[in-house]
Amino acid sequence: MKSDIILSGVGGQGILSIAAVVGMAALENHLYLKQAEVHGMSQRGGAVQSHLRISEREIASDLIPEGRADIIISVEPMESLRYLPWLSENGWLVTNTTPFVNITDYPDMNELIAEIEKLPHNITINADEIARQVKSPRSSNMVVLGAASPFIDIPYQSLENGIKKIFERKGEKIVQLNIDALKAGREFSEEKKTLTTKGSK
Amino acid sequence: MEKLLLLGAEAIAQGAIDGGMSGVYAYPGTPSTEITEYVQHNKTATERKLHSQWSANEKTAMEAGLGMSYAGKRTMVCMKHVGLNVAADAFINSAITGVNGGLIVAVADDPSMHSSQNEQDSRFFGKFAMIPIFEPASQQEAYDMAYEGFELSEKLKIPIMMRITTRLAHSRAGIETRPLKQEKKLSYPEDPIQFVLLPSNARKRYKGLLGLQSLMEQEAERSAFNTYYPARNKSIGIIACGIAFNYLMENYPDRKFPHPVLQLGQYPLPFVKVEKLVNECEQVLVLEDGYPLVEEMLKGYLDKNSKIKGRLDGTIPRDGELNPDIVARSLGLEVKIGKPVPSIVANRPPELCAGCSHRDIYNALNETMKEFGKQKVFSDIGCYTLGALPPWNSINSCVDMGASITMAKGAADAGVHPAIAVIGDSTFTHSGMTALLDCVYENTPVTVIISDNGTTGMTGGQASHATGRLEEICIGLGVKPEHVRTLTPLPKYHDEMVSVLREEMLYEGVSVVIPRRECIQTLSRSKKEVKVKMEEAVK
Repeated sequence: MKSDIILSGVGGQGILSIAAVVGMAALENHLYLKQAEVHGMSQRGGAVQSHLRISEREIASDLIPEGRADIIISVEPMESLRYLPWLSENGWLVTNTTPFVNITDYPDMNELIAEIEKLPHNITINADEIARQVKSPRSSNMVVLGAASPFIDIPYQSLENGIKKIFERKGEKIVQLNIDALKAGREFSEEKKTLTTKGSK
Repeated sequence: MEKLLLLGAEAIAQGAIDGGMSGVYAYPGTPSTEITEYVQHNKTATERKLHSQWSANEKTAMEAGLGMSYAGKRTMVCMKHVGLNVAADAFINSAITGVNGGLIVAVADDPSMHSSQNEQDSRFFGKFAMIPIFEPASQQEAYDMAYEGFELSEKLKIPIMMRITTRLAHSRAGIETRPLKQEKKLSYPEDPIQFVLLPSNARKRYKGLLGLQSLMEQEAERSAFNTYYPARNKSIGIIACGIAFNYLMENYPDRKFPHPVLQLGQYPLPFVKVEKLVNECEQVLVLEDGYPLVEEMLKGYLDKNSKIKGRLDGTIPRDGELNPDIVARSLGLEVKIGKPVPSIVANRPPELCAGCSHRDIYNALNETMKEFGKQKVFSDIGCYTLGALPPWNSINSCVDMGASITMAKGAADAGVHPAIAVIGDSTFTHSGMTALLDCVYENTPVTVIISDNGTTGMTGGQASHATGRLEEICIGLGVKPEHVRTLTPLPKYHDEMVSVLREEMLYEGVSVVIPRRECIQTLSRSKKEVKVKMEEAVK
């Protein structure tokens, strides 16, 4: 078993929390893990990414080679495409559709979504909207992780346990809000997956 | 034993704590900051009261570390690569004085310049100082080297360099820890003049350092961090330094190398192992992140058509960090080509945060400069360097810590008026104070803007030595009190800021303008912490 994951977004959007939760879940399953992240200058509102690798076997490189990532998980739609060279032919792209517009030349949303939907395996989810619906507006990152969870080779329960460990310090309420967000994202993907499978038959 | 999930930088910290360290000295700098921060928050370190407060700069850190070593205790000094330039005087001389308690100098390089102004390779400094260098391939090795490093340092009685790069510093992996060692007791050097580098003594000490070189080489020869992997296909042999070994392994899973490989993690070069590889292989490929140090050594100066392959002959790009694909290509292995980035994707460079005080000061500065003309603003290293980018385009230099003030001085001496410096509070106390003193000494007409956000912002909000004492420092250095002006950088005070800046720019002497407002990041973090504490109190 192995999952090579690219996480992407804009500095401050919470991709490191996603990485931390998946990391905890990997440890619980006694898997090897390497996770390269970005600190420093790029964190200031710039594009950020993290390479997250999970495997039963020892992991060599901290970086994923091009064309080998099993999944891109993005908390921002334009950022989901920036790392496309890393995605493998059969890889999944799971992205939030709520744009983070802090530049003047941000592309047209319809064109952006059309570009994402060209990919054979993609999930687009309005994570900000779903996070609001489950009354956890600040947990859109966990909604995206939930939506990506069916494609990560880790038991779903372990991700919930990961949230418990990572957010423990912030209190039970925060833990529950994040779990609710994760669950909502998961349900969205399960439903969409079923529809897609039916459609292709 | 349960594994700890640690960044490479944190693994060094944990290794040093478990190895019996009594204190760490450092100035924040990406990608080295997390070493010291980890010690600051670690339970054992807190219980043992290990020193972990920030130093004013890398030089003061290096000297304080040497002082703790003098007193017999195990010490680590941490910095980013360009920080070693600042600490270089103390660092090079620490190899001549030698140490008493074990001393590790951990330096984090930044190939590809993710967050730096150059990609210099600190191994050259280690070689220059003629001390052993550790270069870990993995987080576990980083831990082990820090854990064992103090003993090697004490055995040889000289400091040890630990060199990592961004990728290892900021990548997490599981670490197995080892038993916690006791700290060393206070002890003085056996020789009371060991640390006295008067020429007569320095000559003796230097001969001692030269004499140690063969011993260092023997240590490297038998080091577990330098491993020779024999193999049948000798058409090429590979030397893989530090993290480059991971990228090699990525291409040959389970270490099934078809060619002989020397994994290099401890310098000086182990001569016997290197010679064996070079002799038995038709060609030698050197994989090293950073500058071609090993490659240059093997290639020499005259041997233009040598069998040594690497960055110098174009087998590997001359600059930038390595990755698994670059290594695969250098070995003629097939790489996958992913889909291209769609043209629709726009650049998203870093920017000053919404609500950041630097924004307001740049708005005011730009308006003031309409009257005085362009290209007269020298700046420095920090978040405010982003003022070089649109929409501000406010600054014309960023070279090294403190250079804003001294470059403004030089430009003023050349006739530029007004000559303006923009520097942050933490950068000012790092290396700006002596620059300001130069200006005061000659009453050079410069306007120094110390944009005070009460923190070391770019590296994540570490304490700033300047907090609460900037005006006193400036007046103490000799700036006239009436020309030390404090402002509140907010849009509503824009006109006032412009008028104060204008007044001071017209003044033919040294003036300091201090726009002061807390960093928006540290402010929101402290608000959150207060909220959590209040909620806990309610429970």
